[in-house]
Parts: sequence; structure tokens; C-alpha cells
Amino acid sequence: MTADLAPPLPATHRGRGRRGLPWVWRAGWTLAAALPLAFLAIFFAWPVAALVARGFGGETGATFGAVADVLGSARTWRILRTTVTLAVLGTAASVALGIPGAYLLYAVRFPGRSLARALVTVPFVLPTVVVGVAWVAVLGPSGPLAFLGWAESLPAIILALVFFNYAVVVRTVGGLWGRLDPRAVQAARTLGASPARAFRTVTLPALMPAIASAAALVFLFCASAFGIIMVMGGVRYSTVETEIWYQTTQLLDLPAAAALSITQLVVVTLALLVTSWTSSRNERALRLRGDASGEHPWAWRRDGLATVVTATVGLAILALPLVTLVLRSLRNREGWTVEHYRALGTTVGRTLTVPVWGALRNSLVVAAEATLIALALGVLVSLVVSRRPRGAGARRSLRALDALFMLPLGVSAVTVGFGLLITLNRPPLDLRQSMILIPIAQAIVALPLVVRAILPVLRAIDPRQREAAATLGAGPGRILRTVDGPFLLRGVGLAAGFAMATSLGEFGATSFLARPDRPTVPVVIFRLIGRPGEANFGAALAASVLLALLTAIVMLLAERIRPAEASEL
Amino acid sequence: MSPIGRFAARGAITTIAAISLLAACSGSSAPTTSDQATASTTTQGTTSSAPAEPSRSDTLTVVTHDSFALSDEAKAKFETDTGLKVTYVAPGDAGSMANQLVLTKDSPLGDVVFGIDNTFASRVAGAGVLDPYAAAPLPTSANDLSADDGHLLTPIDYGDVCVNADKGWYAAKNLPIPTSLDDLAGAAYKDQLVVENPASSSPGLAFLAATVGAKGEDGYLDYWGKLTDNGVKIAKGWTEAYTGDFSGSAGKGPRPLVVSYATSPAFEVDKGATESRTVALLDTCFRQVEYAGVLKGSQNVWGAQKFIDFMLSKEVQAEIPEQMYMYPVDTSVTLPADWVKFAPLAPKPIAVDAATIGAQRETWIKDWTARVLG
Repeated sequence: MTADLAPPLPATHRGRGRRGLPWVWRAGWTLAAALPLAFLAIFFAWPVAALVARGFGGETGATFGAVADVLGSARTWRILRTTVTLAVLGTAASVALGIPGAYLLYAVRFPGRSLARALVTVPFVLPTVVVGVAWVAVLGPSGPLAFLGWAESLPAIILALVFFNYAVVVRTVGGLWGRLDPRAVQAARTLGASPARAFRTVTLPALMPAIASAAALVFLFCASAFGIIMVMGGVRYSTVETEIWYQTTQLLDLPAAAALSITQLVVVTLALLVTSWTSSRNERALRLRGDASGEHPWAWRRDGLATVVTATVGLAILALPLVTLVLRSLRNREGWTVEHYRALGTTVGRTLTVPVWGALRNSLVVAAEATLIALALGVLVSLVVSRRPRGAGARRSLRALDALFMLPLGVSAVTVGFGLLITLNRPPLDLRQSMILIPIAQAIVALPLVVRAILPVLRAIDPRQREAAATLGAGPGRILRTVDGPFLLRGVGLAAGFAMATSLGEFGATSFLARPDRPTVPVVIFRLIGRPGEANFGAALAASVLLALLTAIVMLLAERIRPAEASEL
Repeated sequence: MSPIGRFAARGAITTIAAISLLAACSGSSAPTTSDQATASTTTQGTTSSAPAEPSRSDTLTVVTHDSFALSDEAKAKFETDTGLKVTYVAPGDAGSMANQLVLTKDSPLGDVVFGIDNTFASRVAGAGVLDPYAAAPLPTSANDLSADDGHLLTPIDYGDVCVNADKGWYAAKNLPIPTSLDDLAGAAYKDQLVVENPASSSPGLAFLAATVGAKGEDGYLDYWGKLTDNGVKIAKGWTEAYTGDFSGSAGKGPRPLVVSYATSPAFEVDKGATESRTVALLDTCFRQVEYAGVLKGSQNVWGAQKFIDFMLSKEVQAEIPEQMYMYPVDTSVTLPADWVKFAPLAPKPIAVDAATIGAQRETWIKDWTARVLG
């Protein structure tokens, strides 16, 4: 698709392409692809494969019977149907509601915008068990939305899925929208197109890669959502993810778990193929602005509808549970109080092994490590995947590579966690008790987000910029530094924010790996909320508010990281 | 740039090989502890001439569930007394931990486990994950609680899972608080009970076992049919049920009856009050027992046994109520005053033996799911 947009290349350049890059560069690119691949292979693919293989009989020889039985049972298909239905509805709702939000928060200038951007990200990192309690409080019998009668229903789950994933759509799509060259739309308007038509024919196609990418992410999150389905759906909704958890952790029925894991992989792979196909159809070189000149000041006539939609979502879906959470953290049986916040400095009547502040320090250390790992690998992956090789085979390989790094989002943390137990279990790689596994596991979850944050920006660089630089005599290193570099740096701020936020809120994998003496904040919250008594419950809510605040600050800072080079473009 | 895909694949293999090599190199100098372990075992073996002197090293890994807790002082004292460097790992809830132990029996997660309960005991013991150890300091009061005759599992603490009631709710409605399992299925108590799903919750499973124990394997499903007709609500886990649905907790939910622990009322006492706001119905209780055991394949059997002795010491037994909300197996230690007042044990808990639970658990859950959740 790129080819028909770009003008024919000068003959000299083609000749250079045939000769290929100097070997140093080829080796460099190979290493750039190999390093993240090796990481993924050791800490993700191997454990998952090992556990699935154990389900097929492992050492005693393959038996497909048990797995086939599970695959053929009506219950499995019912669970699969529920999973796909919830994921499709959750994704559709998040994308539909998120696009106006992306526009308003990234393409329109208004006071308080940075704060609003940071705030919509907060739900994304809250531990599900807390969100569940907050939502139950909102929709339950004494909650403000009790009249809807949605407690433990399909709409409740969809609402909660939107609550979590709204930010993914807003940020992924918005990041591109804010830098679209407005002149294309202006030209269409000058030529007589209505605003709606200009949006449909100019803006929307330009945004498609980002929308597809966001939809894929959200779909994976929804398809592998665990806590939120359990809490919001009561006991009526079983998904592939909840079933894998049950079969693996509670029954150790590995054949059943293997069958379900394979089902999950198939669903996720199909989703990724569809996305990959969609974005390749729409992939084109965009005219991007390094600065934010795609933005314009707020005006009621143009931005009114987006504002109303976004404000409604913001207040009813995002703010309501959060405000409920804050209010309840400030109350006890007698009335208003700050005692729950004071308790954060203690072990809450011995419920905890360390005070919440200590857990916060652990969380920050782990998050910093996870962010470094995820950024290092994510930048490499993004650079490799954003290359535009001329061979169709190579392009396909790159797309496959891109999809590969998305897989961890769609695969059960339980499968990975139990897989790690039977793979990294003997020297030289006995890491099961090593603290480093926590940031590694979190980095694997954050990596796709980092890639999603950086890649669309890099992909949208007009290849002619690189070609022009090459024609003017710049070597590959200089092109990378001067053309890709500034765009990369812009993406890195956002990527770091996402990685950090993901790590701060991660609970699934961490709960398998965290040491009792060095818990993270979500682990502490889970423990507090799992104990009776108002002191524990209140402290859990207060700790959740603290985690939410911390996330907002991290995302606010990520917004502020605007390297000077980027704005000089 | 076209050959990136091909190169990437080849490069990946090279990198993996390089990493393994690197790891192998660092690994060759690492296993000093196990060398020491073998060394000390052999020396001890020769000096004491006992045929099976336990292996010993200077580190100990304790595997527990995620509710494990002991005071820092107790943990420090154990390290000082034994000279061991102890690492505690807590890979999930009791069920998850038990299954991880079974999964990793060829390469155990640690040296000693604490927190296997009687609903998972026979599964873990039967899987060949444990080595026998007859702890000397086991108080006679603990004898009734042992899970097997082979000394694979040593009882450490226990507690009752019972239906809890919100006293204020019943006072306001002028309704007597129910007392028996049959009451719960009565018309006066319609839409009042919330129970955890036995498939995903340990108190849920305990209550299911209680109904099997009380109504028999032939009758418990009919009883659940009555509960379903009477509007029982099934929650995913204890947190959802107790904080989300139960009216007597901080969550102030709508239902006045919940399956929780006999000790829960001790945590629902208002400041300065002489009574708890909630009460456990002692005729609806199932007794949960938590065990410790030496993991087969441990490099430090000596340390593992010392840790079990330590869990049975007066000091640890005395802090178990405050730390883990369970009753110590050693009945001679003093209980917290609150517990004596608000958290009595059931005089006659509904008994189901561990072997039956181990053999039948999955069938019960499956039949229960089909009957109650449909």
C-alpha cells in the first residue's frame, strides 16, 4: 500500500537497496530483533508451551483424548461464546466512546487538558478487586445507579470493561490525532466537503492504524479480563480466562487447562490477524507534524458533540466509581474520618507484613525496573517493526513479529505463572524465587503497550524523509538519529508512563511471584480487602486511592516529557 | 533491509544460545549451598553413624499461602536459634499453592510447606510431594486433627467456617436469628443468605462440605435445591460476599447472612462496645485444619523439621490467632480476650474426613455447579 503513495525511487537508491546495508547494520538490526525475541521466548513462550505440553501428557507420551474431550464439550463452547461476546461488546463500546475522547483530549486545546488526560488513565491501572467493589457500590442496591438494575448483568460487565479500557483508546488514537497535518482536512473542506465527509474520507482513514491498534489491545484486555468478570459477573459468567484459572489453580486439571489455553491462543491470534490485516490495508505514510499543530482551540460549534459525549463518559463511567471510592475511603461507621489514611503508615492491626508506605516503595522500585526493561525492549521492537523493507515476505515477517509481542496480553497469567514453575526450575535458570521475575513478568505485560505507544508514531514517518536524508548523504546511523530519533523520543514519554502505570497496577502475575516480605501495593490491597473488619476495608480503599493518585502523577509527568528536539521538527 | 525477518529468526536462536551459555557459566559457580549441603550431610552421616541423618544447609525456603503471617520477632528468633537464612514464598491461595506443589514435585518450590488445609490434604499427601516427619512437640490436643497416619502432615492451627448473621438487621426486623442449616432454607429467611462459590473459594468449599456432612451424599443436593428456591446468592469469593453482600460488615451490603469464619464477629465490635454486631451460627460450622509438611526433595530436611517444630512452639502458637485468625492446635496457650468473648468455636462442628473430601471434592463441586448455577 505504501508503494502506490510513494513516488518511484531514484535509480541510485534502488541500487543501494539491492546491495543491502553494510554488515554491521544488518547485524545490528538482527540483534535488535533477537534480543526481545529471546526474552519473550524464555519468559513467555517456553513456560506456556511447557504447561500446555504437560496437559497433553508430557513425559508419559502424548494423549490427545482428554484435551479433545474438553474441546468437544458443550460447556467449553458456551464459555468461548461468552468470552468472545464480552470481548467484542467491550471493545466496540470502548472504541465508540473513546474516539470522541481522543479527539477532545488530543486535537483540541483547552485549559486543564493535561490533567484530564492523566485522570482518564487512572482506571486502567487500578486493581480489579478494588474496581469491582467500587462498581458494586455504584450499581448495588444502595448505590447511585441502583435504579438501572444492572448489578451482576451483562451491561455491568461492559461498563466495567469500558472503565478499564477507555484510556487505551483515547491515548492510542489521540496520540496520532494531535499530530495529523490539518491541511488535508482544510483542503477537503475548501473543495466543498462537509465536516462529516471530511472526517469520514480524510481523518478516519488516517486514524485507522491507531484505531485498529487500540481495538486489538482492548480486545486482548477484554478477552483475558479475569478479576472484573469474576466480581462484576457474579458467578454466572465464565470466560476462558476464569475457567483456565479454575482448572489450573484449583483442580490442576492440566488437559482441560491446555485445551482452554489453546482455545485462548486461537482467539487471540485470530484477533491479531484481523487487526494486522486492517492496519496493513490502511497503512500509509501520514503527513505528521512533530509539534502539535494538528490541534486547535476549543469551539462549541465544532467540538460540542465530542465534549458532551466525553463529559458523559467521564462523569458516569470513569468518575462515579472513583468518587465513590474516595468518599468511602473517608468514612467509617461514625462519619467522616482520615483514620484509614493514617493507617497506611502502620501494618493495619498486623494484617500486613509491612506498612502500605513500605509496599509503595517496593512498588516504585519494581515499576522502575519493569519500565526500564519494557522500554529497552519496546524501543528495539518498535524500531525493527517500523522498518519498511521492500520484500513482501520481509514485510509479513515484521507484521508477525509485531503481533507476536502482543500475545502476552491475551494469554492467561495463570498459564504463564504455572509454566514458569516447571521451566525456570533448575540451575542455571532457577529464577522461581528470584525477585527479578516480578519486573520481568510485568515488563512482558507492559511491552505491547510500549510498542503500541511508539510504533504508530514511527510508522507514520514519511519514508521520503529517510530517503531524502539518504540522498543528501546521511548514513543509516544518522538517519536513525535525526529522522526516527525525535519521533521516537516523543513516543517514549508516553510509553514510559504506560509501562510504569501497568507495573504499578499489575496483580495477576505479581501475586504468584511477590514475596510476603516485599509485597507491592496491589498485593497489599488484595490482602487487606480479604480480611474482615472496617479497619482493613477502609485501609484497602485508602491504599487504592493512593495508587490511583500515584498513577495520575506518573501519567501527568509522562505528558510533560517533551524533548526539545521533538518540537523543533 | 529486506532480509530482516530471516535474520531476525536466526539472530533469535543465536541470542537464546548466548543467553543459555551465559547462564550456564554463571550457574557453574553458583550451587555452593547445595555443595555445602551434601558436604555437611556426609560429614554428619559419618560422625553420627545414623543411616538417615537429614540433609542440612544454611538456607531454608518456606512455601506458604498468601494469608500466612508471623511477627518479625518470631521470624528473627527462628533465624537466630537455627542459624538459617529463611526465605518465605507465597504463591497464591491455599488451593493454588497445593496444586503448585503437586505440579513441581520433581523440583520442589522449597523445603517446607505451611498452610495445606484439610480440603487439599489428601490430594497433596497422595501425590507424593511430602516426606514424613513425626514432630516431637505435637501437643496431645492436636491428635484429633491429624490428616493421615503416615505423619506426612502436621496440624498447626484450625478454625471453623460458619454462617454469620447481622444481629442488628434481625433486631430491626424483629425476626429471630436463624440457628440451623434447615432454618436457612425456611421461608422466613428468604433472600437473606450469601454463599461463596465452592469452585473458587475455600470457605465456599468448606460450607459445601458442611452440607454434605450434615445431609449426606444423597441429600445435600436436595438441600441446595431448597436453598436455591429460598433465594441464596452465590458470590465468587469471600471478599465479594463478606464486603460486598453482607450487611454486617464495613461494605454494608443487603444480605444479613453470609458464610464466613467463626472468628469474624471478633472483628465487628464497635469501639467501646461490649458486643459484636455479628454472630456465628455454631450449628452450621465446618472445621478447617491447616497443616505443615516437609517437601520431598528438600536440600534442608533438618531445617524443614526445625521449622515445623517452630510452628508448634508456644511462642508461635500464641501469636497464631492475632496473625492468622486461626485457633492454635496447642490448647494450652492463652487466647485473645476478644476471641473468648466474641469468637467461640463450634462445640460440635460438622465432620467430614479429609480422605472423603479429597476423593469427592471435584464430584461435589461439579454436581453442585450443575444444580445451583445450572
